[in-house]
Amino acid sequence: MTEVTLSNVIKDYGKSRAVHGIDLGIADGEFAVLVGPSGCGKSTTLRMIAGLEDISGGEISIGGRVVNELPPRERNISMVFQNYALYPHMTVRENLGFSLKIAKKPEGEISKAVHEAADILGLDALMDRRPAELSGGQRQRVAMGRAIVRRPDVFLFDEPLSNLDAKLRTQMRVEIKKLHQKVGNTIIYVTHDQVEAMTLADRIVLMRDGHIVQVGTPLDLFNAPVNTFVATFIGSPPMNLIDGTASGSDAIELVGGLRVPVPSNARGLVRDGQKVRFGFRADNLMPEGHAVQAGGEKAELDLEVTLAEPLGTETVLFTDIAGHEVQAKMLNPRPVRSGERLKFLLMLDKCHVFDAASSDAIRG
Amino acid sequence: MDRNQAHRNRKRALKTLHFIALFLTMSIICIPGLWIVLNSFRPTVEIMAKPPVWTPSFTLDHYRAMFGGAGAGGVPVFSYFRNSLIVSVVSTAIAILIGMSGGYAFARYRFKGKAGYFVGLMLFRAVPGVALSLPLFIVFAKVGIIDTHLGLILVYVALNVPFTIWLTDGFFRQIPKELHEAAEIDGCTRWQAFWKVEFPVARSGIASAAIFAFLTSWNEFALASQLTRSVGSKTMPVGLLDFTAEFTINWGGMCALAVLMIVPALILTFLVQKHLIAGLTFGGVKG
Repeated sequence: MTEVTLSNVIKDYGKSRAVHGIDLGIADGEFAVLVGPSGCGKSTTLRMIAGLEDISGGEISIGGRVVNELPPRERNISMVFQNYALYPHMTVRENLGFSLKIAKKPEGEISKAVHEAADILGLDALMDRRPAELSGGQRQRVAMGRAIVRRPDVFLFDEPLSNLDAKLRTQMRVEIKKLHQKVGNTIIYVTHDQVEAMTLADRIVLMRDGHIVQVGTPLDLFNAPVNTFVATFIGSPPMNLIDGTASGSDAIELVGGLRVPVPSNARGLVRDGQKVRFGFRADNLMPEGHAVQAGGEKAELDLEVTLAEPLGTETVLFTDIAGHEVQAKMLNPRPVRSGERLKFLLMLDKCHVFDAASSDAIRG
Repeated sequence: MDRNQAHRNRKRALKTLHFIALFLTMSIICIPGLWIVLNSFRPTVEIMAKPPVWTPSFTLDHYRAMFGGAGAGGVPVFSYFRNSLIVSVVSTAIAILIGMSGGYAFARYRFKGKAGYFVGLMLFRAVPGVALSLPLFIVFAKVGIIDTHLGLILVYVALNVPFTIWLTDGFFRQIPKELHEAAEIDGCTRWQAFWKVEFPVARSGIASAAIFAFLTSWNEFALASQLTRSVGSKTMPVGLLDFTAEFTINWGGMCALAVLMIVPALILTFLVQKHLIAGLTFGGVKG
């Protein structure tokens, strides 16, 4: 039905290339999130799909139809902008009905569609107000309503939650996910916030410098990052990385002298003397007695806590391994003083090894 | 307590000073206008009297004479009024159309030499209009549009376009480009997106540019006095000269015609004023 396919899509601005030949297929009804640091080409890619930017090379098709040369209005998409882009001179009702009015739909049909959208998003009480009289969250909802009314094939979201405060953002995130479950359309969503990406996406497309770095489900990216960039971008706090050298094929000598076995997923794949980066998440370094009860290989480390960040259900502990600051997590937390020494367990099965030169993951 | 009282007193004194300063400024601006209006209702002897007559008498003689038709000290007021109106309205409409297109292009598109063009337009405004009168006179005479509405309209369009471009550019710049993008995604062509979304949002800015252009054309004297000759094309400011004779100046008649010029300008400004309140426009995007 309405799958979106990008093949070798390129965008040049003058002599500089913003998007370097992207290949991407988004299935019908899928919620795909393009995420990456600013300047990675994610918004440009979205704007090319929308038809707001020309395509310098390659091909974009929506629902099997090549849309390279079609203007935005013929692509049957709708878009929610970061700054909402509501029409300031129209009421909420007129904003919602604008696209149908342009399409010269009969009055009855327009008011029915507008009413339905207002119902879904709880806008009934605001219909006669102008955008200037709405709060940020309400404007956001109107912008979404305007997108729904058209019944597009594909929804495009360009960092829609960036202008909201933290609490509202969490709330709207849930609403967007519910909306997707309700209408079931294909959604392409751009954000720089990895939490949004993780919570919303069926599939995350992680970009950097105009290239796709990794595509996969949130858990794929979290559990099996292809390189150190993905490992540190996805997940909060970011993955701890410590430089080291392989010593034989089954042990790694970390800078600072600590020796750890090669994690099972990389065993047999490192060469003696290879420069590597050893990575593990805060969730996999926990004080004994405050850790997840799980089997598997563990290493015991006696470490000094330098700083504690209590979050309620857990406390993030800053400590030091071989001269590197690393973050650990404490479940069922108790108050911890800085300077306190605790026995930590490192879950070796969950650790990662990356090649130091290429940053790529070494994984079987 | 005392300190609070002193603070209050100081504040009150400052406020009074502000009012006095404002009153003086407004007096300087308003008194000439007032003088014109009052003198249009006074007999000539009183206008010329020395020392001045402080208790004015009221007369409509000047208006009667002015509308009385040529010969009896009158002037063809209706023709002048019609000429002024035609020239001002048409030149304003054209200047706004061109200015709006230009301002939009400067605000939205990138093109080679954009900054240069813009500065060039502004420099063009720096040329004193009178300096152009001789070349304009010669060219217009050769082309045969001297002493016509068309000639004056052309001149006023040229005078007003740079300023309207500058003004509308500023207003369009304030409108985020996402508005027309949203409209295009909602099904508009680029053209529709402009007329249905960007134009209404920028309306107050365009209205103020229009008023400015209209008043410039309505009040312009120097060029009009060179380029018009006959009753068929003379505008009101030029018409004022009809009251000067070789040895006398009919101040009362001049004032009466001046009042006739001021009134439409005032009415127009009041009418459009409410559109100038830009409050409505912004808020559709992130606030």
